[in-house]
Amino acid sequence: MRLEVLNRGYGPGTKLLFALIQLLSRHPVPDAAKLVFYRPDFYGSRAKEFTHEAMRGPSAWSVGDRELMAAYVSKVNECAFCIGAHTATARQAYQDGPKVAAVLADLESAPVEAPLRATLRMLGTLTREGKVGAEDMREVLVAGVSRQQVQDALAVCAAFNTTDRLADSFGFEVLSPEGFKAGAKYLLKRGYR
Amino acid sequence: MLTEDNKRAAFRALQDRIVNGEGRASPKQRARAFSNAGLSPPLDGLLGKVATRPAHVTDADFAAARAAGVGEDELFELVICAAVGQSARLYDAGLAALADAVAGEEDG
Repeated sequence: MRLEVLNRGYGPGTKLLFALIQLLSRHPVPDAAKLVFYRPDFYGSRAKEFTHEAMRGPSAWSVGDRELMAAYVSKVNECAFCIGAHTATARQAYQDGPKVAAVLADLESAPVEAPLRATLRMLGTLTREGKVGAEDMREVLVAGVSRQQVQDALAVCAAFNTTDRLADSFGFEVLSPEGFKAGAKYLLKRGYR
Repeated sequence: MLTEDNKRAAFRALQDRIVNGEGRASPKQRARAFSNAGLSPPLDGLLGKVATRPAHVTDADFAAARAAGVGEDELFELVICAAVGQSARLYDAGLAALADAVAGEEDG
Protein backbone atom coordinates (compact mmCIF):
# COMPACT_ATOMS: atom_id res chain seq x y z
CA MET A 1 0.00 0.00 0.00
CA ARG A 2 1.07 3.58 -0.58
CA LEU A 3 1.30 4.46 3.12
CA GLU A 4 4.03 2.70 5.09
CA VAL A 5 1.91 2.88 8.24
CA LEU A 6 -0.66 0.65 6.52
CA ASN A 7 2.01 -1.88 5.60
CA ARG A 8 3.92 -1.94 8.89
CA GLY A 9 2.25 0.20 11.53
CA TYR A 10 0.64 -2.56 13.61
CA GLY A 11 1.24 -3.68 17.17
CA PRO A 12 2.47 -7.20 18.10
CA GLY A 13 -1.06 -8.50 18.79
CA THR A 14 -2.34 -7.43 15.38
CA LYS A 15 0.77 -8.81 13.66
CA LEU A 16 0.18 -12.14 15.36
CA LEU A 17 -3.46 -12.09 14.25
CA PHE A 18 -2.39 -11.39 10.63
CA ALA A 19 0.03 -14.32 10.81
CA LEU A 20 -2.72 -16.60 12.10
CA ILE A 21 -5.17 -15.50 9.39
CA GLN A 22 -2.54 -16.16 6.75
CA LEU A 23 -1.75 -19.57 8.25
CA LEU A 24 -5.39 -20.67 8.49
CA SER A 25 -6.66 -19.23 5.20
CA ARG A 26 -3.44 -19.95 3.26
CA HIS A 27 -3.82 -16.48 1.71
CA PRO A 28 -2.20 -13.16 2.61
CA VAL A 29 -4.38 -10.83 4.71
CA PRO A 30 -6.23 -8.61 2.21
CA ASP A 31 -5.35 -4.92 2.35
CA ALA A 32 -9.04 -4.14 3.00
CA ALA A 33 -8.75 -6.08 6.27
CA LYS A 34 -5.42 -4.45 7.19
CA LEU A 35 -6.87 -0.97 6.74
CA VAL A 36 -9.52 -1.44 9.43
CA PHE A 37 -6.90 -2.65 11.92
CA TYR A 38 -4.81 0.51 11.63
CA ARG A 39 -5.79 3.01 14.36
CA PRO A 40 -9.26 1.44 14.48
CA ASP A 41 -10.57 4.18 16.74
CA PHE A 42 -10.17 6.67 13.88
CA TYR A 43 -11.81 4.75 11.04
CA GLY A 44 -11.95 0.96 11.30
CA SER A 45 -14.35 0.40 14.20
CA ARG A 46 -17.10 2.70 12.95
CA ALA A 47 -16.50 1.82 9.30
CA LYS A 48 -16.96 -1.89 10.09
CA GLU A 49 -20.11 -1.14 12.07
CA PHE A 50 -21.62 0.91 9.23
CA THR A 51 -20.60 -1.49 6.46
CA HIS A 52 -21.94 -4.49 8.38
CA GLU A 53 -25.25 -2.72 9.00
CA ALA A 54 -25.54 -1.79 5.30
CA MET A 55 -24.52 -5.22 3.97
CA ARG A 56 -25.87 -7.62 6.62
CA GLY A 57 -28.32 -5.58 8.71
CA PRO A 58 -32.10 -5.96 8.33
CA SER A 59 -33.25 -5.27 4.75
CA ALA A 60 -35.74 -6.52 2.19
CA TRP A 61 -32.74 -6.87 -0.17
CA SER A 62 -30.97 -10.22 0.06
CA VAL A 63 -27.26 -10.46 0.92
CA GLY A 64 -26.67 -11.43 -2.74
CA ASP A 65 -28.51 -8.33 -3.99
CA ARG A 66 -26.47 -6.08 -1.71
CA GLU A 67 -23.18 -7.72 -2.71
CA LEU A 68 -24.19 -7.25 -6.36
CA MET A 69 -24.87 -3.55 -5.67
CA ALA A 70 -21.39 -3.31 -4.11
CA ALA A 71 -19.84 -4.94 -7.18
CA TYR A 72 -21.85 -2.72 -9.53
CA VAL A 73 -20.92 0.55 -7.75
CA SER A 74 -17.29 -0.63 -7.77
CA LYS A 75 -17.51 -1.29 -11.51
CA VAL A 76 -18.74 2.28 -12.10
CA ASN A 77 -15.82 3.52 -9.97
CA GLU A 78 -13.40 1.21 -11.87
CA CYS A 79 -12.07 -0.14 -8.58
CA ALA A 80 -10.34 -3.43 -9.45
CA PHE A 81 -9.96 -4.67 -5.86
CA CYS A 82 -13.61 -4.15 -4.92
CA ILE A 83 -14.93 -5.48 -8.24
CA GLY A 84 -12.96 -8.68 -7.61
CA ALA A 85 -13.98 -8.98 -3.98
CA HIS A 86 -17.70 -8.31 -4.37
CA THR A 87 -18.16 -10.13 -7.67
CA ALA A 88 -16.80 -13.20 -5.89
CA THR A 89 -19.06 -12.60 -2.87
CA ALA A 90 -22.22 -11.98 -4.96
CA ARG A 91 -21.49 -15.12 -7.01
CA GLN A 92 -21.23 -17.26 -3.88
CA ALA A 93 -24.24 -15.63 -2.22
CA TYR A 94 -26.48 -16.20 -5.26
CA GLN A 95 -24.80 -19.47 -6.29
CA ASP A 96 -25.10 -17.93 -9.76
CA GLY A 97 -21.94 -16.66 -11.43
CA PRO A 98 -23.47 -16.02 -14.89
CA LYS A 99 -26.11 -13.67 -13.45
CA VAL A 100 -23.49 -11.54 -11.70
CA ALA A 101 -21.29 -11.47 -14.82
CA ALA A 102 -24.28 -10.46 -16.98
CA VAL A 103 -25.19 -7.52 -14.70
CA LEU A 104 -21.63 -6.21 -14.74
CA ALA A 105 -21.35 -6.64 -18.53
CA ASP A 106 -24.70 -5.06 -19.46
CA LEU A 107 -27.27 -4.18 -16.82
CA GLU A 108 -30.10 -3.57 -19.28
CA SER A 109 -30.01 -7.04 -20.84
CA ALA A 110 -29.09 -8.98 -17.66
CA PRO A 111 -31.54 -11.56 -16.26
CA VAL A 112 -32.56 -9.71 -13.08
CA GLU A 113 -35.95 -8.59 -11.75
CA ALA A 114 -37.17 -5.06 -12.56
CA PRO A 115 -36.81 -3.66 -8.99
CA LEU A 116 -33.15 -4.67 -8.73
CA ARG A 117 -32.36 -3.45 -12.26
CA ALA A 118 -33.98 -0.04 -11.61
CA THR A 119 -32.11 0.27 -8.30
CA LEU A 120 -28.73 -0.60 -9.83
CA ARG A 121 -29.37 1.88 -12.65
CA MET A 122 -30.08 4.65 -10.10
CA LEU A 123 -26.97 3.78 -8.03
CA GLY A 124 -24.91 3.89 -11.24
CA THR A 125 -26.21 7.37 -12.13
CA LEU A 126 -25.61 8.66 -8.61
CA THR A 127 -22.08 7.26 -8.43
CA ARG A 128 -21.11 8.33 -11.96
CA GLU A 129 -22.65 11.80 -11.98
CA GLY A 130 -22.64 12.67 -8.28
CA LYS A 131 -26.35 13.46 -8.38
CA VAL A 132 -29.71 11.91 -9.03
CA GLY A 133 -33.12 13.52 -9.51
CA ALA A 134 -36.63 12.93 -8.18
CA GLU A 135 -37.56 11.55 -11.61
CA ASP A 136 -34.82 8.87 -11.32
CA MET A 137 -36.19 7.94 -7.91
CA ARG A 138 -39.78 7.80 -9.15
CA GLU A 139 -38.67 5.25 -11.77
CA VAL A 140 -37.23 3.10 -8.99
CA LEU A 141 -40.40 3.36 -6.87
CA VAL A 142 -42.62 2.62 -9.89
CA ALA A 143 -40.56 -0.54 -10.52
CA GLY A 144 -41.82 -1.82 -7.16
CA VAL A 145 -39.01 -0.82 -4.82
CA SER A 146 -40.11 0.38 -1.36
CA ARG A 147 -38.83 3.63 0.15
CA GLN A 148 -36.94 1.68 2.79
CA GLN A 149 -35.31 -0.46 0.09
CA VAL A 150 -34.12 2.72 -1.66
CA GLN A 151 -32.66 3.94 1.63
CA ASP A 152 -30.99 0.56 2.16
CA ALA A 153 -29.50 0.66 -1.35
CA LEU A 154 -28.18 4.19 -0.74
CA ALA A 155 -26.41 2.90 2.38
CA VAL A 156 -24.68 0.18 0.31
CA CYS A 157 -23.77 2.86 -2.22
CA ALA A 158 -22.22 5.07 0.50
CA ALA A 159 -20.29 2.14 1.97
CA PHE A 160 -18.77 1.17 -1.38
CA ASN A 161 -18.11 4.66 -2.63
CA THR A 162 -16.01 4.98 0.52
CA THR A 163 -14.25 1.62 0.24
CA ASP A 164 -13.62 1.98 -3.51
CA ARG A 165 -11.96 5.35 -2.93
CA LEU A 166 -9.76 4.02 -0.13
CA ALA A 167 -8.82 0.91 -2.14
CA ASP A 168 -7.65 2.94 -5.12
CA SER A 169 -6.08 5.78 -3.15
CA PHE A 170 -4.15 3.62 -0.69
CA GLY A 171 -3.37 1.12 -3.45
CA PHE A 172 -4.90 -2.18 -2.27
CA GLU A 173 -3.18 -5.14 -3.90
CA VAL A 174 -5.53 -7.08 -6.18
CA LEU A 175 -5.78 -10.71 -4.99
CA SER A 176 -5.67 -13.91 -7.03
CA PRO A 177 -9.07 -15.43 -7.95
CA GLU A 178 -8.48 -17.97 -5.14
CA GLY A 179 -7.74 -15.15 -2.71
CA PHE A 180 -10.98 -13.37 -3.63
CA LYS A 181 -12.91 -16.65 -3.27
CA ALA A 182 -11.50 -17.20 0.21
CA GLY A 183 -12.36 -13.61 1.14
CA ALA A 184 -15.92 -14.03 -0.17
CA LYS A 185 -16.40 -17.16 1.91
CA TYR A 186 -15.28 -15.24 5.00
CA LEU A 187 -17.57 -12.26 4.25
CA LEU A 188 -20.58 -14.56 3.83
CA LYS A 189 -19.83 -16.41 7.04
CA ARG A 190 -18.79 -13.53 9.28
CA GLY A 191 -19.88 -10.30 7.61
CA TYR A 192 -17.96 -7.05 7.96
CA ARG A 193 -17.63 -6.68 11.74
CA MET B 1 -41.34 11.89 5.53
CA LEU B 2 -38.30 9.67 5.60
CA THR B 3 -37.12 8.43 8.96
CA GLU B 4 -33.43 8.13 9.79
CA ASP B 5 -32.54 4.42 10.02
CA ASN B 6 -29.75 2.52 11.76
CA LYS B 7 -27.65 2.48 8.60
CA ARG B 8 -27.77 6.25 8.27
CA ALA B 9 -27.05 6.68 11.98
CA ALA B 10 -23.98 4.41 11.71
CA PHE B 11 -22.71 6.44 8.76
CA ARG B 12 -23.19 9.68 10.72
CA ALA B 13 -21.23 8.23 13.64
CA LEU B 14 -18.32 7.48 11.28
CA GLN B 15 -18.54 10.92 9.71
CA ASP B 16 -18.63 12.67 13.08
CA ARG B 17 -15.64 10.69 14.40
CA ILE B 18 -13.30 11.35 11.50
CA VAL B 19 -14.07 15.05 11.17
CA ASN B 20 -14.64 16.14 14.78
CA GLY B 21 -12.82 13.54 16.89
CA GLU B 22 -9.17 13.47 17.90
CA GLY B 23 -6.64 13.27 15.08
CA ARG B 24 -3.15 14.15 13.89
CA ALA B 25 -4.44 16.47 11.16
CA SER B 26 -6.22 19.58 12.41
CA PRO B 27 -10.05 19.52 12.50
CA LYS B 28 -10.01 22.43 10.04
CA GLN B 29 -7.87 20.48 7.57
CA ARG B 30 -10.03 17.35 7.99
CA ALA B 31 -13.17 19.40 7.36
CA ARG B 32 -11.60 20.79 4.18
CA ALA B 33 -10.66 17.29 3.01
CA PHE B 34 -14.18 16.08 3.81
CA SER B 35 -15.84 18.87 1.80
CA ASN B 36 -13.13 18.86 -0.93
CA ALA B 37 -12.93 22.63 -0.70
CA GLY B 38 -10.38 25.22 0.42
CA LEU B 39 -7.34 22.90 0.22
CA SER B 40 -3.94 24.20 -0.92
CA PRO B 41 -1.44 22.48 -3.25
CA PRO B 42 -0.27 19.77 -3.28
CA LEU B 43 -3.00 18.29 -1.04
CA ASP B 44 -5.77 19.67 -3.26
CA GLY B 45 -4.47 17.47 -6.11
CA LEU B 46 -4.34 14.24 -4.12
CA LEU B 47 -7.56 14.74 -2.16
CA GLY B 48 -9.46 16.09 -5.17
CA LYS B 49 -8.64 12.85 -6.98
CA VAL B 50 -9.71 10.76 -3.96
CA ALA B 51 -13.08 12.50 -4.09
CA THR B 52 -13.72 12.55 -7.82
CA ARG B 53 -11.30 10.25 -9.70
CA PRO B 54 -9.87 7.76 -7.20
CA ALA B 55 -8.69 5.33 -9.88
CA HIS B 56 -6.28 8.07 -11.05
CA VAL B 57 -4.44 8.52 -7.72
CA THR B 58 -0.71 7.83 -8.18
CA ASP B 59 2.42 7.33 -6.08
CA ALA B 60 3.48 10.80 -7.25
CA ASP B 61 0.41 12.38 -5.62
CA PHE B 62 1.48 10.90 -2.26
CA ALA B 63 5.14 11.82 -2.87
CA ALA B 64 4.17 15.46 -3.50
CA ALA B 65 2.17 15.58 -0.25
CA ARG B 66 5.06 14.03 1.73
CA ALA B 67 7.55 16.47 0.16
CA ALA B 68 5.35 19.30 1.44
CA GLY B 69 5.78 17.92 4.97
CA VAL B 70 2.46 16.08 5.40
CA GLY B 71 3.03 13.04 7.63
CA GLU B 72 1.83 9.47 7.05
CA ASP B 73 -0.83 9.62 9.77
CA GLU B 74 -2.13 12.94 8.51
CA LEU B 75 -2.38 11.48 5.01
CA PHE B 76 -4.19 8.43 6.39
CA GLU B 77 -6.77 10.70 8.03
CA LEU B 78 -7.18 13.19 5.19
CA VAL B 79 -7.64 10.53 2.50
CA ILE B 80 -10.31 8.88 4.65
CA CYS B 81 -12.04 12.25 5.19
CA ALA B 82 -12.04 12.91 1.43
CA ALA B 83 -13.46 9.44 0.65
CA VAL B 84 -16.17 9.56 3.31
CA GLY B 85 -16.98 13.17 2.38
CA GLN B 86 -17.74 12.32 -1.24
CA SER B 87 -19.82 9.32 -0.11
CA ALA B 88 -21.75 11.58 2.29
CA ARG B 89 -22.61 13.93 -0.58
CA LEU B 90 -23.86 10.99 -2.66
CA TYR B 91 -25.86 9.62 0.28
CA ASP B 92 -27.43 13.05 0.94
CA ALA B 93 -28.20 13.61 -2.75
CA GLY B 94 -29.89 10.21 -3.00
CA LEU B 95 -31.99 10.72 0.13
CA ALA B 96 -32.99 14.25 -0.99
CA ALA B 97 -34.12 12.93 -4.39
CA LEU B 98 -36.08 10.16 -2.66
CA ALA B 99 -37.75 12.71 -0.34
CA ASP B 100 -38.68 14.83 -3.40
CA ALA B 101 -40.09 11.82 -5.24
CA VAL B 102 -42.11 10.73 -2.19
CA ALA B 103 -43.41 14.30 -1.59
CA GLY B 104 -44.53 14.42 -5.25
CA GLU B 105 -46.39 11.12 -4.80
CA GLU B 106 -48.12 12.34 -1.64
CA ASP B 107 -49.09 15.70 -3.23
CA GLY B 108 -50.42 13.96 -6.31
